[in-house]
Amino acid sequence: MSDTVATAEPGYAAARERPPAGLVGPWAWARANLFSSWWSTAITLVLVYVILRALVGFVEWAFVNAIWSVPYNAQGRPDTAVCQNAKGIGACWAIIGDKYRLILFGRYPYEEQWRPAICVLLFIGLYVVSAMRRFWRKELALIWIATLAVIGVLMWGGVFGLQEVPEDYWGGLPITLILATFGLAFAFPLSVLVALGRRSKLPAIKLLCVLYVELIRGVPLISVLFMASVMFPLFMPAGVNVDKLLRAQIAFILFAGAYLAEVVRGGLQALPKGQSEAADAMGLTYWQKTGLIILPQALRLVIPPLVNTFIGFFKDTSLVLIIGLFDLLTMGKVALSDPPWQSFSTEVYVVLAIIYICFCFAMSKYSRGLEQDLNRARRR
Amino acid sequence: MSQAAFADAPVPHRIDTNAPPAIVLDKVNKWYGTMHVLRDVSMTVAQQERVVVCGPSGSGKSTMIRCINRLETHQEGRILVDGTELTDDLRALDTIRREVGMVFQSFNLFPHLTILENCTLAPIWVRKMPKAEAEELAMSYLTRVKIPDQAKKYPGQLSGGQQQRVAIARALCMKPKIMLFDEPTSALDPEMIKEVLDTMIGLAESGMTMVCVTHEMGFARQVADRVVFMDRGEIVESGTPQRMFEDPQTDRLKLFLSQILRGH
Repeated sequence: MSDTVATAEPGYAAARERPPAGLVGPWAWARANLFSSWWSTAITLVLVYVILRALVGFVEWAFVNAIWSVPYNAQGRPDTAVCQNAKGIGACWAIIGDKYRLILFGRYPYEEQWRPAICVLLFIGLYVVSAMRRFWRKELALIWIATLAVIGVLMWGGVFGLQEVPEDYWGGLPITLILATFGLAFAFPLSVLVALGRRSKLPAIKLLCVLYVELIRGVPLISVLFMASVMFPLFMPAGVNVDKLLRAQIAFILFAGAYLAEVVRGGLQALPKGQSEAADAMGLTYWQKTGLIILPQALRLVIPPLVNTFIGFFKDTSLVLIIGLFDLLTMGKVALSDPPWQSFSTEVYVVLAIIYICFCFAMSKYSRGLEQDLNRARRR
Repeated sequence: MSQAAFADAPVPHRIDTNAPPAIVLDKVNKWYGTMHVLRDVSMTVAQQERVVVCGPSGSGKSTMIRCINRLETHQEGRILVDGTELTDDLRALDTIRREVGMVFQSFNLFPHLTILENCTLAPIWVRKMPKAEAEELAMSYLTRVKIPDQAKKYPGQLSGGQQQRVAIARALCMKPKIMLFDEPTSALDPEMIKEVLDTMIGLAESGMTMVCVTHEMGFARQVADRVVFMDRGEIVESGTPQRMFEDPQTDRLKLFLSQILRGH
């Protein structure tokens, strides 16, 4: 068909290969989207003015008029008079220089803070390695176990001549990363099992999974954390003391598991029934069918909502402040309680926001890449 | 239906009547809720016999064929496949599903696996065949259905007819004794139907036991040893294709034939 058209009208195809000039390029885009009428032109100009003003204001505050350091008196206390004078005009980044180790590592012994620092780097390294598809092998599980063991040794100490540091002294970024990493690493497999269980033909398993999801989902995270920290010890025999971090961690895993289970179930639901039937007809067992046919497709379908939930829970780790754990955000608050620095909360929260954005943006960017990568093969 | 299809030489019959039957359905009944979808369905399929099941939509023919490998469960009566009775016993079910291949109306290829992986999956995981051997086997069947060059592609990149031929190759890779076809050409464009039917005719020539739900009367005439006509959940009439099409005994079959002949 197409051959006959091409021969009948030579040049027709060639002329149509490119749209006429003036319809492409940044100018054409701007004309079509920003200046298409006098009304949209006016809005464009007003918005450009507002954005420029805000940008100039921010640059002046954050860079031009910023105070980068303050003098210290004989007792080693900062003299923040310069910053007080510049308040409202310029940022006082000196607080970050003075407090960054407190914010990042909490009350961990000062001379030992290289240990949580290495742990943070190990966590980030672990994320990067897990993100690369060429490492998606069975060995990855071993890498995880080894890395997490090293992190445990570094944080607790007490062996290899490391000073022992109880969990009460942990704080800052390591707490946030520990809660998020362990939380999601355990919650995700749990959620897959629960999602499968909810579709099980066995009534007992199905009921158990439905109850779990509905109960946990019907309660705010804060109350689950409270229950874990206040009520749980009441039920334990005297003398048995499960530490606070572990209790919060378990509460977090259970909560995240319920939400993720519903996301995964959405993916299972979206698969055509024929896929399962074809696998059955070939004689695959339930677990072969689930592992080889159902889950690879279902999880691929739910990458966007899955990552959405991951990002939400990464940020929700900051709620542990209410049960007295010192995560990154809480340490920011603690840093601000030092009298000389009390009025410089904006600077601290801007920096904390940047740290959170780095992690969350990395997740979202990666998931988009992964989605495209996995779907490239199965264009429809 | 083209005249050419009728003119094709029929595939020689070679039913082995001495061997034990491949499939026996004995007074099978099934209900969906209160709806009686299979009524006392009894049928025996001999080794190497080729049976075509036809009937209006909703007549229970798909349900019946899906009962043979227990994608649907029957509530009354007995089904024996290759001498093994279909019960809740999972081991018996595993044995039967290894021996029975199935081809679906909607192909049901696994879209996240390549054509080759689709074909090697079951031999590797169910038959525990080494990967290299499974791939060799898969390539030989893909060659037989005339698409060896597509092995590295994904199902979404193939036409409907090609996908259905892959589905046939995939089922054959398990070296089944019996093949079930559930309206294999109903989801295809007319120009692709022939390539799939040709593949099935080739399979019939090789002596495979086949049960095929289809409306392709040309195929039935050329290949089937027996045509079974179902309506409202029961087998109304059965016989050789020639007898069924030229001398229908019941009014329901006469009506059905007149309707599908008018349709073509």
